[in-house]
Amino acid sequence: MAVKNILESVRAALFEEMRRDPRVMILGEDVGRHGGVFNATQGLLDEFGEDRVVDTPLAESSIVGIAIGAAVGGLLPIAEIQFADFIHSAVDQIINEAAKLRYRSNNDFGCPIVIRVPYGGGITGGLYHSQSVEALFFSTPGLKIVAPTTPADVKGLLRAAIADPDPVIFLEHKASYRTIKGEYPEGDYFIPIGGADVKRTGTDVTVVSYGMTMHYAWEAADALAQEEGIEVELIDLRTLLPLDRNTIIESVKKTGKLLIVHEDNLTGGVGAEVAATVAEHALMYLDAPIRRIAAPDIPATPYHPALERAMLPSKEQVKEAIRELARY
Amino acid sequence: MPVEIKMPKLGESVVEGVIGKWLKAEGDPIEEDEPLVEVDTDKVNAEVPSPAKGVVHRLLVKEGEKVAVGQAIALILLEGETVAEDAAESDDTSQRTYDEPASPTAPANHRRSAPRSPHVYTPAVRRLAAESGIDPATVVGTGIGGRVSKKDMERAIAARKESEPAPQPAALSTGHRPLADGDEVVPITRMRRTIAERMLHSTRTVPHAWTMVEVDVTSLVAWRERIKEDFRRREGFNLTYLAFVVKAAVEALREYPILNSTWEEDRIVIKRRINIGIAVDLEDGLIVPVIKDADQKSIVGIARAIADLATRARAGKLTPDDVSGGTFTINNTGAFGSILSAPIINYPQAAILSMETITKRPVVVGDAIAIRSMMNLCMSLDHRILDGAVAGRFLRSVKRRLESYDANTPLY
Repeated sequence: MAVKNILESVRAALFEEMRRDPRVMILGEDVGRHGGVFNATQGLLDEFGEDRVVDTPLAESSIVGIAIGAAVGGLLPIAEIQFADFIHSAVDQIINEAAKLRYRSNNDFGCPIVIRVPYGGGITGGLYHSQSVEALFFSTPGLKIVAPTTPADVKGLLRAAIADPDPVIFLEHKASYRTIKGEYPEGDYFIPIGGADVKRTGTDVTVVSYGMTMHYAWEAADALAQEEGIEVELIDLRTLLPLDRNTIIESVKKTGKLLIVHEDNLTGGVGAEVAATVAEHALMYLDAPIRRIAAPDIPATPYHPALERAMLPSKEQVKEAIRELARY
Repeated sequence: MPVEIKMPKLGESVVEGVIGKWLKAEGDPIEEDEPLVEVDTDKVNAEVPSPAKGVVHRLLVKEGEKVAVGQAIALILLEGETVAEDAAESDDTSQRTYDEPASPTAPANHRRSAPRSPHVYTPAVRRLAAESGIDPATVVGTGIGGRVSKKDMERAIAARKESEPAPQPAALSTGHRPLADGDEVVPITRMRRTIAERMLHSTRTVPHAWTMVEVDVTSLVAWRERIKEDFRRREGFNLTYLAFVVKAAVEALREYPILNSTWEEDRIVIKRRINIGIAVDLEDGLIVPVIKDADQKSIVGIARAIADLATRARAGKLTPDDVSGGTFTINNTGAFGSILSAPIINYPQAAILSMETITKRPVVVGDAIAIRSMMNLCMSLDHRILDGAVAGRFLRSVKRRLESYDANTPLY
């Protein structure tokens, strides 16, 4: 099995999907001639041509709107929003049009679009190249949101997203693009949307996460197991919407302790929903207050590296929080 | 202090680069903003300028080597500074760097406080307490602040399970049958249970055989009738027939010591001391106090011992010494009118003798019929130790003595 980083995995998966089905097309800013600002779409234009790899103007609302139209017309479009920070102009198309089309048309029309969204901070991107936007869409039924963690997740979930008859937001944490490497499966590989992945079983603390902080939690869990015998049960959400509540509840019933980690702001983030679910369905199994580690509620990710480091959840923070919870 | 030059980030997605070419050598002077090194990344190649005026002190990375963004690549000694050779190894906090991370202060929402009191229990602890019946206040708490945690409760539950005795295999019990109208339920007292256990044990482990002789005690009866009132007045206790039987038995035991023995798995132990247990009936059961060294007592001495033990038995004042150490037991079943008994051996003795009631019966004496006072002596014996022959000889010896007791027999 080949080893790829996240970026190479996105690229490879896009190639595979576009070869598999001629209806799959990609559109976005700089995706064609430039090959994408992260090189995610490098080489696609050469192989598949201008009709299937479309360079759009700098107009996110149109990017999504055109994708919706193409989908209704019978294509399987993948719309790229170059940075999550730019998605806001497209919110109306995503929430009011894409998410409601099936309901509104009484099942006559679905909207099988995939919106690829590089997101997240830790690269000194400042206000407009660091945002996490999942909370915006989390409360919109009709949408699905996935956040692959490993190269295998990328391949399996992209396949599932393209195959899904309804809109899927495909989050790619940009800090993981080159730093996270792993095995990239060959051949047919499909991960159903909606299932969390228990990356590690344990008995002491349940840790729920996604995105880059998932990797911090993973490292911390391995280290704590070796150094202090603390056994973490690590749940990688992989799909944010719909949330795999059962896996989370079953795990907390076992360990009694829950730590949620995400890079997004604390208030109103995915972690809040996880916490409420556990409080509702597993209260009698809790042996400690539910803990969340998240970015503080400040308007933007700072540009200065020191401030950015101070704001975003760090590996040490995650490790310390797990340790404290295990000792509670 | 030397200034650390770190590998800069040359693009949003750049995480590492390669040192292309050093533009200065160690020891060279350098101006602020003067290019120090060329670095190559997969986005862009660039020159990295010096942030300060000074002297290039050390180049930390070779040309062609890969470095991560943020890694130190060179040290610049500022103007006027000198440094001890090993200062480069000193810890980070003593060196002035240009992007020293401020130690992140944890935002308020990240702090967690311990519960106010160790007796505030979490839902998991309360659930386990309810399910198991274990009070958390009795459990050692290893959580912070000494609180009882879920794991502490789980440990207590597991410990309790381990200390429970292994379930006994169900005895072959008859169980309780349904009560009929008017049935009375009598609880089993400790004495009754003890008797029950002893009887059960004896009948289960000892192969009982049984034999009997008839004893003509006419002379004894005549004699005793004549003296019993005086005796009673003089001594204060009764001269019972039991005393005579005990006397006859102990002398026969001297003759046939094998009847004063006990069976042990690989040997028979013949006891030297002759301690006669006499069954005394109580209100709710029976007890067998022991006349120690009965063979060293006279008939009166035996009678006195019997009276004393019986009195104390009925008053509940027997000592453990009174009821232990018996080697042979005699039971006065005749006191209740019995003419025949099959007593159960008082484990771990070899035999038990019962004296039945004395009745006047027509018997053959010589070739004529006479009316004689007859008493049956029954004996159950441990057939592992004793055979019919020795049992019979023993009984014949007891019988001979009893039949010989008359006014000439010394009482004292």
